[in-house]
Amino acid sequence: MTNQNGRFGIHGGQYIPETLMNAVIELEAAYNKYKDDPEFNAELQTLFNEYAGRPSRLYYAEKMTKDLGGAKIYLKREDLNHTGAHKINNCLGQALLAKKMGKTRLIAETGAGQHGVATATVAALMGMECVVFMGKVDTERQALNVYKMRLLGAEVVPVTDGTGTLKDAVSQAMREWTSRIEDTHYCLGSVMGPHPFPTIVRDFQAVISKEIKEQMLEKEGRLPDAVIACVGGGSNAIGSFYHFIDDPEVQLIGCEAAGRGVDTFETAATINTGSLGIFHGMKSYFCQNEYGQIAPVYSISAGLDYPGIGPEHAYLHDIGRAQYVPVTDDEAVNAFEYMSKMEGIIPAIESSHAVAYALKLAPTMRKDQTIVITISGRGDKDCAAIARYRGENIRDDE
Amino acid sequence: MNRIADAFQNKKAFIAFITVGDPDLETTEKIVEAAVEGGADLIELGIPFSDPTAEGPVIMEADEVALRAGTTTDKVFELTKKLRATVTIPLVYMTYANVVFSYGCERFAAQAQAAGVDGIILPDVPYEERDEFAEVFDRYGIDLISMIAPTSEDRIAMIAKEAKGFLYIVSSLGVTGTRSEITTDIGAMTALVKKNSKVPCAVGFGISTPEQAAKMAALSDGAIVGSAIIKLIAKHGTDAAGPVKDYVKQMADAVHAL
Repeated sequence: MTNQNGRFGIHGGQYIPETLMNAVIELEAAYNKYKDDPEFNAELQTLFNEYAGRPSRLYYAEKMTKDLGGAKIYLKREDLNHTGAHKINNCLGQALLAKKMGKTRLIAETGAGQHGVATATVAALMGMECVVFMGKVDTERQALNVYKMRLLGAEVVPVTDGTGTLKDAVSQAMREWTSRIEDTHYCLGSVMGPHPFPTIVRDFQAVISKEIKEQMLEKEGRLPDAVIACVGGGSNAIGSFYHFIDDPEVQLIGCEAAGRGVDTFETAATINTGSLGIFHGMKSYFCQNEYGQIAPVYSISAGLDYPGIGPEHAYLHDIGRAQYVPVTDDEAVNAFEYMSKMEGIIPAIESSHAVAYALKLAPTMRKDQTIVITISGRGDKDCAAIARYRGENIRDDE
Repeated sequence: MNRIADAFQNKKAFIAFITVGDPDLETTEKIVEAAVEGGADLIELGIPFSDPTAEGPVIMEADEVALRAGTTTDKVFELTKKLRATVTIPLVYMTYANVVFSYGCERFAAQAQAAGVDGIILPDVPYEERDEFAEVFDRYGIDLISMIAPTSEDRIAMIAKEAKGFLYIVSSLGVTGTRSEITTDIGAMTALVKKNSKVPCAVGFGISTPEQAAKMAALSDGAIVGSAIIKLIAKHGTDAAGPVKDYVKQMADAVHAL
């Protein structure tokens, strides 16, 4: 689907300063060299299996299925991966690639801290230096992850510019990359940014849908009717969708963070409220005002609190292949609690957005139909924040 | 001959960058006039953007101030028109792709032309994405200024061949902001440009002293200063015109003495 300049329809591209152009060209060349290299892939597969704990389980949520009384629900348990989220898939791939390129230092942005923790983890594993940029606001709502990254040997730089959230962390990581390129790889955490990142990250995350397909065929003897995943930049969603794109009978649903609602300014639902623009290296949909100033978005979930969406999602939306629905804070928090009580699984608040939509969709479907929900990460990191949302005053450090 | 070529004719050029609307539009008008009086040969007018990824902290702050003060693209066009009534040196916009794209490139170019603008710099539009914008700006007689960086190496010839107006040489890695030392081999970059293009080239990023400006201009056709001027504006606020004029005079004199 990617063309020469990394376009997905009209989206994508390489809108970055000249200073970075040779770096992304070098990255693309290295990726093209290694992506079909048997030795590279064997090495990555071993890391996936032995280190990250893949394949992740596809769990039949029987109680939930009965409770909702509609479609059969399966959970793709990316939360069971090492570091507790799907982010490790991409980090292992990119770090291995960076190492082959002779880079000794990884930089990354992080929202909820999951990508930061995953980057810090692989940096420790591979003996690389690591610096993670994180919005100041996010360092406060995800204090435990900040500690983890430091424990793993990474330097965490709180970003105070703008809204002090994920978009500012991305901007700062890009600025850092322009100042130190020679030994540094920017381990971008989602399917966004300039080409080739949206393609590289998608390919490393595509293991999710590859496994779902195999596991569904094994368990049900057929493909699922719907695959549901949450979307910020969209890496776990594209990973969950990718191997089903050419199977039109599989409905692909991305759940955007609507924050306090798509009719308020406190939202991060890019497809539902945004417009076409150019930012962070790519053409795609963004939350912005009439003059193209990027909007200060909001979501309870630090990982979905981003004003844009990956270019391939923008394209899947344009051609009607995937559908993007808004889910509010309230709905996500309810789903967070529902999944915990119903299945004994505490999902990340990001993943809870996908669960929330499944709660609405499943009862409208027949009992012989199936839904796969990607549980992109575990919710331990969110417990303190959700407790606060419910008016309970517990602290992370207790 | 167009105004940009004129600015480099038989002399080295001193180029001043000013963020429009920092601290407010009235002050920007006075500051631009002061920079012209101080001897600037070309002025870059920065149209503020919410998330300027090529800027260091000084210009980022100026963008924030300007946006908080209510600066919009339409107000920048109005101010430019007003300035054009008296200012005869070239005026070049510097902003980000999304500011132009969201306004509509065609509509933006038409307004910019009507306002009397000679060129535009879009730091997040590299050679690979140039055509989308250049094709439109060309039709309105506005030069889309190309940039080369210390990392450009084998790309310099390709970029120089397509360059219009002047070529912006980024002196150092990283973002805009003052630096105590510039270590890039600017002379070698200029030589490569000259081999492939007739357009003049000017060096920016990190220049703040008359000595640095003279040194960079000696190795090229001009020197560009942004953050050092913006710092003066941050310090003096609505009274910045005087200090900016004095500073620009020092810098321009150093460059013109070559």
